[in-house]
Amino acid sequence: MEATVSVLIGLFFAVAIYLLMSRQLVRILLGIAILGNAVNLLIFTSGRLLREVPPIIPEALQVPAETIANPLPQALILTAIVISFSFLAFLLVLAFRAYQELGTDDTNEMRVAEPTGDVRPPQGY
Amino acid sequence: MRTVIFRTIAPYLAALMVLFSVFVLLRGHNEPGGGFIGGLIAASALAIYGIACGVAAVRRAITLHPMSLSAAGLLMAALSGLVSLFTGQPFMTSQWWYVRLFGVEVPLSTPMIFDIGVYLVVVGSIGSIALALEERESD
Amino acid sequence: MAAADTAVDLSQAMRLEPVLPGDWLVVAPLLLTILGGALCLITRKNTEAQPKVAIIFLTLLVLSCAGLLARVLDKGVVTMVAGSWLPPFGIAFTADALGATLALTSSLVALAVAVYGASDVDRSGRRYGFYPFLLLLMTGVCGAFLTGDIFNLYVWFEVLLISSFGLLVLGNERAQLDGAVKYAILNIIATTLFLIATGLLYGIVGTLNMADIAIKARGIGMDGPLTTVAVLYFLAFAMKAAAFPVNFWLPASYHTPRIVVSAVFAGLLTKVGVYALLRIFVLLMPDARAALADLIALVAILTMLTGVFGALAQTDIRRLLGYLVISGIGSMLAGLAIGTTPALAGAIFYAVHSILVMTALYMAAGVMRALGGSFSLRELGGLYGANPAFAAVFLMLGFAVAGLPPFSGFWPKVLLVDAALVGGHGWIAAAILITGLLTTIAIGRVWVFAFWRGGAEGTPDGYEKALAVPDPKITGAGIWLPIGLLLGLIVLLGIQPEFMMQVAGRGAASLGEPLGYLRSVFGDAIQ
Repeated sequence: MEATVSVLIGLFFAVAIYLLMSRQLVRILLGIAILGNAVNLLIFTSGRLLREVPPIIPEALQVPAETIANPLPQALILTAIVISFSFLAFLLVLAFRAYQELGTDDTNEMRVAEPTGDVRPPQGY
Repeated sequence: MRTVIFRTIAPYLAALMVLFSVFVLLRGHNEPGGGFIGGLIAASALAIYGIACGVAAVRRAITLHPMSLSAAGLLMAALSGLVSLFTGQPFMTSQWWYVRLFGVEVPLSTPMIFDIGVYLVVVGSIGSIALALEERESD
Repeated sequence: MAAADTAVDLSQAMRLEPVLPGDWLVVAPLLLTILGGALCLITRKNTEAQPKVAIIFLTLLVLSCAGLLARVLDKGVVTMVAGSWLPPFGIAFTADALGATLALTSSLVALAVAVYGASDVDRSGRRYGFYPFLLLLMTGVCGAFLTGDIFNLYVWFEVLLISSFGLLVLGNERAQLDGAVKYAILNIIATTLFLIATGLLYGIVGTLNMADIAIKARGIGMDGPLTTVAVLYFLAFAMKAAAFPVNFWLPASYHTPRIVVSAVFAGLLTKVGVYALLRIFVLLMPDARAALADLIALVAILTMLTGVFGALAQTDIRRLLGYLVISGIGSMLAGLAIGTTPALAGAIFYAVHSILVMTALYMAAGVMRALGGSFSLRELGGLYGANPAFAAVFLMLGFAVAGLPPFSGFWPKVLLVDAALVGGHGWIAAAILITGLLTTIAIGRVWVFAFWRGGAEGTPDGYEKALAVPDPKITGAGIWLPIGLLLGLIVLLGIQPEFMMQVAGRGAASLGEPLGYLRSVFGDAIQ
């Protein structure tokens, strides 16, 4: 089971890295979204995959009655999902604003902060 | 989007969603649910109301600015962890109070206050992003 | 959940003995900044009250961090577990000398920045949320320094990252959006790498508590997957710390925001990455540090040299200072590469020095712009005539960043060069000394061009160009107070380095021999 999911994770990472290497900002954002999901699956698999019951303790008991799935990776993934969700929301707004202001979504043409024809520093006193 | 049907339904739908979000928030201590998911449901209620009746109507309806709402949530969540300072226990140790209201025992606790804080943070931040995007769309 | 039906021994899972109020100092920095940030966010329309609220809370933050450091020096490592749950299951906040020192230095810098910002940031900037973002940034920074849980460290990294985004785009100018795109994307990739490494590490050792990882990873040794994890961590935090060759986001973005935002970024953000490297490679995985030592040394030398060469090639003072930040990161990485206790102490001391001096230099650049009307070395000039006292201040800061005595940059370099020579790393020692020389030249050029010559480029020799009278708010007490505070600390650390040496030595010792750290988390039973 872990081996199959590992291949899937590898596929996710391959797609994400391919998209991250492109010049278009929108593709980079898609890459980041897929990268976040790849990491979530990775954490999930690191916690070992078990076909067990959900980690909820019945009301009458203090400890679980039988073997339960590992709840920690689920908590970690939930945190990671929340964080990557909010980052993606911010990045989408940022990319949209950058596109409005700079008139391009090609990262090679975004040279406002670092202009190509920058003046050299003074050579002598 | 602003059909008559949607505009008529939206206020009821939004009210129902907010009610449901509170239900999800409160059952979250021992069962699936909680502040984050409840907050998301409430934020979607605001978004739906905004699409149907305009962003100005939503801002009037919630009175406070969404960012103030989320700041208040942050304040509540942080303060709920501070209660255990007075009982000599570590940070964020849960404290329980059992209150009798109308003959029913109601358990109140700091995790619940924390969860309400999370709920407000999520409603405020996601709501303000949603409203900002809807405002941009309309102009 | 009535207590009567409890058939479970709670002491197995929870810490039941009462907690001393002093132990709350570990979480006080987080609580104070969150409360202050929330209050500033609520009152963001009241632009007059906001700086006051922020300055009050940051003063309390400085006091609580100072109290924490005093307690750590007095009683050893302090631990508090959230919700009473025993480690490794509960989330632990653990402050040792390293974390407490850096938290105190950061909070001093944040206080200085808040005072500076009261004069420098205009109304719209305040309404847009300069102070809430600054306080929440400090939550992230202090959280990262004080947490004892590696996933929690990731969360604090994200808290400081999202606040830094807010600060970076404050003002919404074209260059800011351009810089923010590069900063945001590369930093998100870096934290994602951090998360990947943490997921894999959890798969190997089955725990996230740092003390627990430190015990278990020492038992495993350096077999297969742990090497992969170590390399991923190194890449992630090298990106965060802006080490060569993954430093390009820093010069692309640090000069775009308001100068006060650049000041706080230059002081704090990269040092959190360095802190994480120290924590993970010395406390958690010492075998990995030994295995990667040559790689880290190479990265350190290249970071120092490319940083300072970049600084020599810049016209814009802010970009020049950005490259000096990178160059300083190289010196700290050199301490990690050497790895002995004196070298680590040197790296910690250098981090403290770098936090103070880089913030002060960016603030000084803001004053230069106010006096001379530009950030460009071609257009500046005649500042000595305009304000001789400020020229002296800038020269002192320049000597400090170059590592000349009697300022704070001298002693960490002495420690590092000495440790490098003792450990047989001649190349590292040579690189540190050459970098010091080149930094002196780079900062000397700034002083000569901006202060010493009569006016902008083309001004004939011996002729003083009259400068426009600057806005009194920009050269008033609100600007001089923070710069004076930082300069005072820099001079104090240069003249009286014993205290800082001692503290840095204790921080380094507790990283290398973490018995005190482990006992603080797991109790005295740990051998």
